[in-house]
Amino acid sequence: MKKDIAQNIGFFLLFTCIITTLFFLGIIIYFIFTLGIQVISWNFLTQSPRNAMTEGGVAPVIVGTLYLTLGAMVFAVPLGLACAIYLCEYSPKSIVVNIIRISINNLAGVPSVVFGLFGLAVFVNFLNFGVSILSGSLTLGILALPLIISASQEALVAVPHSIREASLSLGASKWETIKRIVLPTALPGILTGVILSIGRVAGETAPILFTAAAFYKRGYPKSIFSEVMALPYHIYALMTEGTHPDKQKAIAYGCSLILLFLVLFISGIAIYLRQRQRSYHG
Amino acid sequence: MAFSSLFFLVGIMLVLFKEGTPIFKDIGFFKFLFGAKWYPTYEPPDFGILPLVLASLWVTAGAVFVCVPLGVGSALYLNEIAGFRQRQFLKSIIELLASIPSVVYGFFGMVIVTPFLQKIFNLSTGLTALNASLILGLMATPTVCSIAEDALSYVPRSFREASFAVGANRWQTLTRVVIPAAGSGISTAIILGMSRAIGETMTVLMVAGGAAVIPKTFFGPVRPMTAAIAAEMGEAPMGGDHYHALFAIALILFLITFVFNIIAEIISRRFRIKLGLSG
Repeated sequence: MKKDIAQNIGFFLLFTCIITTLFFLGIIIYFIFTLGIQVISWNFLTQSPRNAMTEGGVAPVIVGTLYLTLGAMVFAVPLGLACAIYLCEYSPKSIVVNIIRISINNLAGVPSVVFGLFGLAVFVNFLNFGVSILSGSLTLGILALPLIISASQEALVAVPHSIREASLSLGASKWETIKRIVLPTALPGILTGVILSIGRVAGETAPILFTAAAFYKRGYPKSIFSEVMALPYHIYALMTEGTHPDKQKAIAYGCSLILLFLVLFISGIAIYLRQRQRSYHG
Repeated sequence: MAFSSLFFLVGIMLVLFKEGTPIFKDIGFFKFLFGAKWYPTYEPPDFGILPLVLASLWVTAGAVFVCVPLGVGSALYLNEIAGFRQRQFLKSIIELLASIPSVVYGFFGMVIVTPFLQKIFNLSTGLTALNASLILGLMATPTVCSIAEDALSYVPRSFREASFAVGANRWQTLTRVVIPAAGSGISTAIILGMSRAIGETMTVLMVAGGAAVIPKTFFGPVRPMTAAIAAEMGEAPMGGDHYHALFAIALILFLITFVFNIIAEIISRRFRIKLGLSG
């Protein structure tokens, strides 16, 4: 029949779409993996760069990324969580909530390079933190804020009303209920959101371009006011600066593999946890 | 603390206005926006951002040709054809792929796609608008797919059942009932994908080639707005015309994505009301 032929052709086309998508994305991972694995060794992971970035390892670069990510979370998690609790538990349903919600969505859509300029103007220049871990962390923190707020909100909304009411009926105050009942129940969901945003923040380049990153810095960063090398920026810099493109390219392969592995691993955990929670809640 | 996100959004806007508007005063708003020459370091400098804006739109338009068929097609497959387990599995994979950092895409574009394109099209450089479009499109595909699939899954079961009841097969149900019902949700997905593509920095900085000329073909290098900001901010002296000009570009970029996001928000709200979901 004619309509069955149309169906077969249509379904085949849709099947081609998803295969093509997975194929190309698979190719990216395949190339980065096969090229990067040749460079990775114990020394590569534990030593500092030598000879104008052409030899040695990338240990300080990895540490730099960890500092920046950690700093961003120290700033964004408490703020984001407080915001989500206020929106879910206290705020009346009103125009104010709507405006805040729209602002969260829009903040999530701001291009990352714009966050970088904001960080440059406010943290680096106006507050005089200079190009430093502090400036970079704060900038990345603002970028992570909407992610953490939305994830926490989703987790808080999923807590059933019955257990809140049970707690209130035992004479607990609103705050006690939130602290002892709602937050522990929502914790896995909130953690998932935090882990996802860690994955996102660790891979961001544009926001740290002018606020934290340095192409080369001897040794490990000493304080929160020092410049820092970071994996994503390092890849970019190795490809576009310096005088030994071929040797640098090899190191960039290694860095890309480490970054890709790190981000996929972190996000993988978060996505797995979320999947489990969703099937648990039905 | 609840107002922190609003505070930062307004803060970003204020900073961009404060640092960006001086250039409008110096050389005039229209000359800035529609000037065809971007030579910020020449003496005297030219600050016309038309080539940069057109490059952004050009590259984004190219990306749409990649990410819309692939993203929406994949979403339809996941929602309509894949079984429950396959859908769960593939959706997790796609979400995982959405988290690949942009600099990794850019790196891949530089080392693999660039020599490849150079060879098959016989170009003098592989760093072109085409390259940027391909990579950006691929990058936005998981985002588009994920949001479009959500929209499709909101279409009530009863719609499909009614369609089957009058004798339509699955393909007819899909094209005449499900897609129209989820249409605005799918367009939200496309708009958000475009918003992501136009604001993307590292990929275009690495693969678009960087020539600030008005784009005429997909096979030449271009310099989108984000790439200009990222590449030139380091050498622009603070407080100078160039510095203010770059902030003004960021302001325009911010406004474009802001409008995109607001449109997506409005469409998705109407969509939810239409399907009887709470907003």
